[in-house]
Amino acid sequence: MSPADAAVGAAAPSADVQDPVVPVPVAPPPAFLPAVPRSAGSGGEEIAFPDRAHYVELVRAYRNAGFELCADLCAVDYLSHPGRSLPDGVEPERFEVVVNLVSLSEKRRVRVRVQVPEAEPAVPSLIEVYPGVDAMEREAFDLLGVRFEGHPDLTRILMPEDWEGHPLRKDYGVGRVPVQFKEAPGPR
Amino acid sequence: MTDPTDKGGGPGDVFVSAGTREVPRIAETSEGAQEMAPRPATDPTELRREVGAVLRLPEGTVLNTGDIDIERRDDETMIINMGPQHPSTHGVLRLMLELDGETVLRTKPVIGYLHTGMEKQGEELTYVQGSTNVTRMDYLSPLNNELVFSMATEALLGLEMPPRAVWIRMLMSELQRVSSHLMWMATNGMDLGSTSMMIYGFREREMVLAFFEKTTGLRMNNNYIRPGGVAADLPDGWQDDVEIICETVLARSFEYDELLTGQPIFRDRTEGVGNITAEEALALSVTGPILRSTGVPWDLRRAMPYLAYDQLDFDVIVGTYGDNFDRYSIRLNEIRESIRIIRQVAEHMPPGDYRIQDAKVTPPPRARIDESMEALIHHFKVFTEGFKVPEGEVYVAIESPRGELGCYLVSDGSSKPYRLHIRGPSFVNLQAVPLLLRGGLVADAVAIISSVDPVMGEVDR
Repeated sequence: MSPADAAVGAAAPSADVQDPVVPVPVAPPPAFLPAVPRSAGSGGEEIAFPDRAHYVELVRAYRNAGFELCADLCAVDYLSHPGRSLPDGVEPERFEVVVNLVSLSEKRRVRVRVQVPEAEPAVPSLIEVYPGVDAMEREAFDLLGVRFEGHPDLTRILMPEDWEGHPLRKDYGVGRVPVQFKEAPGPR
Repeated sequence: MTDPTDKGGGPGDVFVSAGTREVPRIAETSEGAQEMAPRPATDPTELRREVGAVLRLPEGTVLNTGDIDIERRDDETMIINMGPQHPSTHGVLRLMLELDGETVLRTKPVIGYLHTGMEKQGEELTYVQGSTNVTRMDYLSPLNNELVFSMATEALLGLEMPPRAVWIRMLMSELQRVSSHLMWMATNGMDLGSTSMMIYGFREREMVLAFFEKTTGLRMNNNYIRPGGVAADLPDGWQDDVEIICETVLARSFEYDELLTGQPIFRDRTEGVGNITAEEALALSVTGPILRSTGVPWDLRRAMPYLAYDQLDFDVIVGTYGDNFDRYSIRLNEIRESIRIIRQVAEHMPPGDYRIQDAKVTPPPRARIDESMEALIHHFKVFTEGFKVPEGEVYVAIESPRGELGCYLVSDGSSKPYRLHIRGPSFVNLQAVPLLLRGGLVADAVAIISSVDPVMGEVDR
């Protein structure tokens, strides 16, 4: 308890009895969201398509607008599916970083999809806005090779440290081990 | 006036009141005859000596916290490695702990020992085969994995399930929650030294798994909830089986209360251990019982209802302090709430189809194959080629026993997912472990890891 709180508590003894069930009070300031192309998802949720320069700014604006929780962050490699539908003004690139945010107070979701070019697969890290993206950004880096600039510990998380390549990229083969069944006849 | 229930307060309390002091008794102990005074007659010095003995401090020494030098040099800390083969890490979780004496300073969870590339494999399997893949992620609640994958696929297809399929899914999902929480109670009890709880938890879980075997054919990794409904209707007499499970587990959950909830050793090991605040939990994207233990009533079944949870009457259990004991209480009470839900579902189970009668995703009935060439071709096509899913992307989330279980599914219009990403609650919740362990004792680390309830199959995928 800070000294200021203690002073309030001393002045009004009932003030420090708080209802423990009330969630974190987030006073949403007037939502000022940067203008980026948007569309609506199948569940009616909002999908925003910022470019890399406005990505962190937009997510921070959502954070200030009451989206307390970053539920998920993942990356997608669109190498073999370039003709996907995107709103006007969004140039498709090979990679896409997808962030799902949740507002607990408004009970609604929003999705942020940012295009990441193949030549320079890097986006700024969200770790200053949502510390919880730590493991998710490491996973996206590990499996798809998208760099998150500013992440304090961008190392492999699931694959061995000395692994080469990023397995979830579309040009990374699945790999097969030939199986010789016990009773299978040999080649004729 | 001496209150026999008064256990005494601080060292300044007066324990002896004139006139009521009884004659000291002499007890024969292994160390010879010892004088035993009744508890109300224990004077402060003696009590302190007792406490000191319990803490294994030299007799008469009282630890003065002001004497501890906090400003220690870095080279006096040491880093130890716990796991990945440690029996209390719930699989293959490895923790690197930096210790100052017995106090944990920093922790780094090291994961990936169970990584089998299931997301990559999911791109190679059709939507029909996909549920056999995702069910192996969180192996303690496989039906929830199938549910979220099926719901994501159906959202892309734009299908609406028949009511009976929805309610069967709810029934199975809640039974799965009961079995998962029972398993957690069992392993948590074992981590805290209560091997009886381990036996009891597994015993009750076995009843649920037996019902799963009867319904789905398998005890786990059921592949029961599939895109388009469920694989089979509930077996005859399922109401009786479910009622027996509800009755037994509910009655025994009160036995757990007697065994653990009021037990002083259990409470000492859990109360005030591994604290986290609501702000910290939200910042670290933690969901499920850990978030609810901080007092945030966030349960997707209530907050963003899926299936038909908005038609049911149940409570969201929240804690206050965000410690191990709150997480224990939440899971114990969620078992009871799930039983409440299961009883309502069993009562209101609607009749009708258990899977959608859409020729696109549902194979024809087995009997039709014998008489119709088209049915045979259709059946063959569904299971070899699969069905095509329109292009698009969707994120669907459900409340698994461990938190928000999400599925981000991208389709390019073919019969295989273009990208299948599972947001595993255990994977994200593990980020809270360094925070929960910080400043605690290394002996509490096992209890705290257990209270996070990580399932490594889901963490590593």
